[in-house]
Amino acid sequence: MADAARSPKAFSLKRQPGFSSLAIACFLMLYAPIVVLVLYSFNAGTSIAIWEGFSWRWYEAAWQNEQIKDAATRSLIVAACATTVATTVATLAGLATTRTGKFRGQTAVFAIINQPLMVPEIVTAVALLIFFAIIKVATGYTGLVYLIAAHAAFCIPFAYLPIRARLEGMDLTLEHAAADLYATPWKTFRRVTLPLLWPGILAGAMLAFVISLDDVVITEFVKTAGQDTLPTYMLGQLRRVVTPEINAISTVFLAISVVLVCIFFFLNRKG
Amino acid sequence: MTEPVNSRMHKAAVNRWLLLAPALVILCFAASGPLLIVLVYSFLQPGDYGGVVWNFSIEAWFNVLFQEDIFDETVTFADAHLSIFWRSVRLSFGTTVMAFVIGFPTAYFIATRPKQQRDMWLLLIIIPFWTNLLIRTFAIMEVIRNEGVINSALLAAGVIDSPIQILFTDFAIMLGMLYVYLPLMVLPIYASMERLDFSIVEAGYDLYASRFKVLRRIILPLVKPGVIAGSILVFVPSLGAYVTPRVLGGGKNLMVGNLIELQFGQGRNWPLGSALAVTLLVIVMVALLFYVRVATKEDIKHG
Amino acid sequence: MNSSNGGSQAVRIEAVSKVFGEGEGRVVALDNVTVGIRQNEFFTLLGPSGCGKTTLLRLIAGFEHPTGGEILLEGADISALPPYARPVNTVFQSYALFPHMTVAQNIGFGLEMLGKPRAEIDRTVDDMLQLVKMTELKDRHTNQISGGQQQRVALARALAPHPKVLLLDEPLSALDLKLRKEMQIELKRLQNETGITFVFVTHDQEEALTMSDQIAVMNNGKILQVGAPRDIYDHPADRFVAQFIGETNFLTAELASRGKSGTQVKLPSGKSVAAALPADGRTQGLVTVVVRPEHARLTKVKSKAALTGTLENIVYFGTDTHYHLQLEDKTPFIVREQNQPDGQAPYREGDQLGIEIGADAVQVLRD
Repeated sequence: MADAARSPKAFSLKRQPGFSSLAIACFLMLYAPIVVLVLYSFNAGTSIAIWEGFSWRWYEAAWQNEQIKDAATRSLIVAACATTVATTVATLAGLATTRTGKFRGQTAVFAIINQPLMVPEIVTAVALLIFFAIIKVATGYTGLVYLIAAHAAFCIPFAYLPIRARLEGMDLTLEHAAADLYATPWKTFRRVTLPLLWPGILAGAMLAFVISLDDVVITEFVKTAGQDTLPTYMLGQLRRVVTPEINAISTVFLAISVVLVCIFFFLNRKG
Repeated sequence: MTEPVNSRMHKAAVNRWLLLAPALVILCFAASGPLLIVLVYSFLQPGDYGGVVWNFSIEAWFNVLFQEDIFDETVTFADAHLSIFWRSVRLSFGTTVMAFVIGFPTAYFIATRPKQQRDMWLLLIIIPFWTNLLIRTFAIMEVIRNEGVINSALLAAGVIDSPIQILFTDFAIMLGMLYVYLPLMVLPIYASMERLDFSIVEAGYDLYASRFKVLRRIILPLVKPGVIAGSILVFVPSLGAYVTPRVLGGGKNLMVGNLIELQFGQGRNWPLGSALAVTLLVIVMVALLFYVRVATKEDIKHG
Repeated sequence: MNSSNGGSQAVRIEAVSKVFGEGEGRVVALDNVTVGIRQNEFFTLLGPSGCGKTTLLRLIAGFEHPTGGEILLEGADISALPPYARPVNTVFQSYALFPHMTVAQNIGFGLEMLGKPRAEIDRTVDDMLQLVKMTELKDRHTNQISGGQQQRVALARALAPHPKVLLLDEPLSALDLKLRKEMQIELKRLQNETGITFVFVTHDQEEALTMSDQIAVMNNGKILQVGAPRDIYDHPADRFVAQFIGETNFLTAELASRGKSGTQVKLPSGKSVAAALPADGRTQGLVTVVVRPEHARLTKVKSKAALTGTLENIVYFGTDTHYHLQLEDKTPFIVREQNQPDGQAPYREGDQLGIEIGADAVQVLRD
């Protein structure tokens, strides 16, 4: 029985040589730069390369920077408005496209809804630049509505995705049961469909919010002068000498995204 | 008796379009519609200070591929444009290959974890994907710059005497795009891999296949749809990338996205920019159509 | 099925057809069906899957609309009403309990939708909980109770608004055998206590026979026979009905004289026996007759027997034994006999035996 100790390790079906190392390298590669970025946001020195001790100074600096506050506020306003609009219309579109079988024009509808996912952002960006330039000249209005409209448009497919998935997974007999129990179509929607759809709507809204908050390219082309959002402000700063202030903003930004994505992930898993 | 049925169906159709209307209006106003205007602009003459003059012209399209010498009026290929297009394709392709080399083993790694661990590993892939692209590009920039972590470490270790110039090179752009789009390779491959029945792998070993042969002859063909999906999902946004080459290419190493942007400043050539944008759009659409065809074919095969 | 007594009918289906799809994909789910369901009756729609029984139920509930014909509820045409305006309730095959509500909220939902005052809703919900013995679990969510309990909640929910008709769509099919038996008795009890008309859909003949007052056997979108369980079993009018319910022997026979003792048919063996005729069958020539295996008896005295054959196979079933015979004209015939306590098999394979057929055991089919 001494052989047992020397017997070869059990043959592992799933092992492929080198794969685990490459995977670990992949995760390191994904996270190391972010860790470095977060780390240097706490650097006491002005450099983003030389560590000079821990400090909150760049967070304080960013907090006191009027431009950053202005851009952050604008980012939040645009994201909140775009999310509300996109989620609402995506919910309606979801109800329209999942309750029945195939309908005439279905392919075209899906193509239009998913278009922002397929067309390169830079192409949409110049298209909006041209189109909104025409409208700006014609109406004289240069407010935030352009940005909100553009954001709402590219947020729609992201909001639509989880809402549609949720609706497709929903048991239609539940709505039949409600109708059978004297609920009118509106009451059926309010009391049965909407409560069951809610996690999907929430997930869709979260995705839309993150996507809107992150956008650089389309915002860069659509914004009128002085309408910087946080990402376009940062893009502008990257051309100059970069201080850990940018790291500080990035870290806050990252934290928000990570929290929202994690909530989304667990919401989806439960559903 | 057929009439009420018809009117009911009619009512359902009206309801459907009413529900779809708000989404379609917004998308047509701020996404699809303007694309048509780009197409129109590509057939106009450039204005002196940006904008356009409303005269029909195919000059912009001509300029996408050719250039006319101002002095002797000879026509040659527009080297500047073509080299940028070529660089975009080359870098995107390189990015896709690197993403596959790293992404495939990663997807395999996640798919072979115990079931309750998989979601956690998956979340680790998803989080970077949903974090700000600009921030991630900035993070890569900090790592590879001359005073960045890599160069500092190598200098400190005495491996090199002076920093290696990584930032503002083609390699930097490729690295940045790899970093940014890698999750798009991992996720679809993982999706195919998760459905893989590992008793098939057992059968492979039972029939004398080596580890490598099992990988090449059994696993790879079965997850091919995922690999194709991942490749297209990395290639397409790489081709249209704007932020990454702008930040990591340092204004010299342009890609198509940056070339398009350049045409839209003051006094630039809007029709040419529009024509370039339409060209990029067409290339991307062809790639996506190819993807859809392969995907549906695979779907039918695997039923 | 006299239309003059329509007043006492809870539901009347009048020449109803239902067609799904168009062109090549056209499926006729119901083909000109007419049937009446009396008040306070336990009425069962029995048939194989795809026979149209569920479609008929959904038409009564209002989830589908007829392509032609009328559906009357207590004499009034309800064909055009949406489901929420029909005073009928459904127990769904999947129960369709609202997962975001508690047991009590589920049961109270219908009353709430009808705008009943809170006090009345609470009282009725309590009564219903008591009726289905679920009072302790009233605040549970529907995913925290067992399948059998979900079934009870679904029943209580559909009964709470006191509908004129309760529609049950294979409600017991998801339960295991033991629970199913319990629920069969439970359903019968609920129907007696509430006095509500039940329309019950099932593909299980035993379920139909044990529970129903009336059974309608359906196939291919048509109702083939309506009658009390005993009627359907003992006097099937149709080959499909005879085959679908229980085991049956089919024989070809010739209609003979109608004497004072009723109709006689001449069996292949040449012997004549008394037979029951269907209401609208033919009156002369060759017909198919059916004999239930338990209505026949084996005998060693061949001369007096109606039929003779060779015993080919003996299958022991515990309570009874099935004897598979081959008649002289090669027709198979099965006889079922109760087992006796002595444990001795009275016959052996290869025996030439006579088959006695009891009085009223031969039924002539319509075809």
